[in-house]
Amino acid sequence: MYFLASVVLAALLAFPLPALADARSDAKAQVEFGIKVAQNGLWKEATYRWEKAVQLDSTYAEAWNNLAIGYEHQGRFDDAEKAYQNALKLDPKNVSIRQNYDLFKEINDRTKRRRDR
Amino acid sequence: MTARSAAAIASLAFLCASGCTNFYEVPIETPIQAKLDVSAFRRVLIAGFISGGTDDVDANLETVRLLRSQLRSKTNLRVIEAEVLPLVELAGEQAAKTAAEPATLPAVGEIPGAQPAAPATAPDDTRKPEDRKQETPVRSKKDLEKFDRIFADAAFWKKLGEEYESPLIVTGTIMFTPHQTAGFVNVNREVYDQLGRRQVMQSRVYQERKGFILEPKFVFIDARTGATRHSESYRREILYPSAQSTPALASYFELMDQLIPDFLGALSTQKIRGTRILLR
Repeated sequence: MYFLASVVLAALLAFPLPALADARSDAKAQVEFGIKVAQNGLWKEATYRWEKAVQLDSTYAEAWNNLAIGYEHQGRFDDAEKAYQNALKLDPKNVSIRQNYDLFKEINDRTKRRRDR
Repeated sequence: MTARSAAAIASLAFLCASGCTNFYEVPIETPIQAKLDVSAFRRVLIAGFISGGTDDVDANLETVRLLRSQLRSKTNLRVIEAEVLPLVELAGEQAAKTAAEPATLPAVGEIPGAQPAAPATAPDDTRKPEDRKQETPVRSKKDLEKFDRIFADAAFWKKLGEEYESPLIVTGTIMFTPHQTAGFVNVNREVYDQLGRRQVMQSRVYQERKGFILEPKFVFIDARTGATRHSESYRREILYPSAQSTPALASYFELMDQLIPDFLGALSTQKIRGTRILLR
């Protein structure tokens, strides 16, 4: 009985039923696809996927984080700043988002200082 | 292990495989846009610098060499190989002439050391270049100010540019001065406890230190018009314990190493490599 329940639970988590699909799961699919293509160096496509993800679910902190990284990679610093801010607003305790943002901020501040000099 | 617990472990492993990996560390390259749009230029001339400070390093010559090699390897611009302009002397002559009468600098062909024209000195000047150099030492930033006007002399830079098909001209001032200071500094001390374990303790000790200050100002001039397109100044210093003997040239390169990325960033897009964490 226990074995059967475990298998059913695992199957549900791994392959969600279409009926359970909602905005978050659609967004999640976009995020995962974005990660795959980003790992292959296709950052524009990845950024497009993460933009779709936050359109589908604007409360998805991880998607905002990834989108910020995508923007950063393209040198779109203002957009990256906004995306990181959104991610941190939604999940202020997320250490990974904070770490990404700190690294980004260091570069962004340096660039601003250079521009002002 | 019972069949039941084995099944539980297997299902947990399956769950982990499908759901536990929530982050992916990826390398990224953040592009930093160049400050200057140099698309109109295919060539760059590092003309020379008004240098001063210590006599241990010829900051003019060393800076020209270093910047040329950096631009050659890290940008798409073609670097013009030309004689280094003795800018201190030229600016000194300009200042003297201006004091006597409002005139511009001598034409490039008349400039001592300028290429491709043969060097020529002023008719009334029979001194050797070394002697003239010693008469006009630049020791402080105030001394440099006297020569600053040369960068605003559009006619001079335009004329110089015509010799080299109107490139982007890089010039400026370099002050490389010895520096000494004394005070309390933080030092790390290694101590071993009774069990032989190593510990690093920080303490403050009074120390006399000496080193150098490097203060370059890079001026970027459009040779088509002779006008200054952009300029930027930096200041870096390095200090060593006074007992340590570090050659001035080594300190110069150490300090320039810190500045080179900023200098290159003015002319070409630089990429900063790093890693970020993608999340699911």
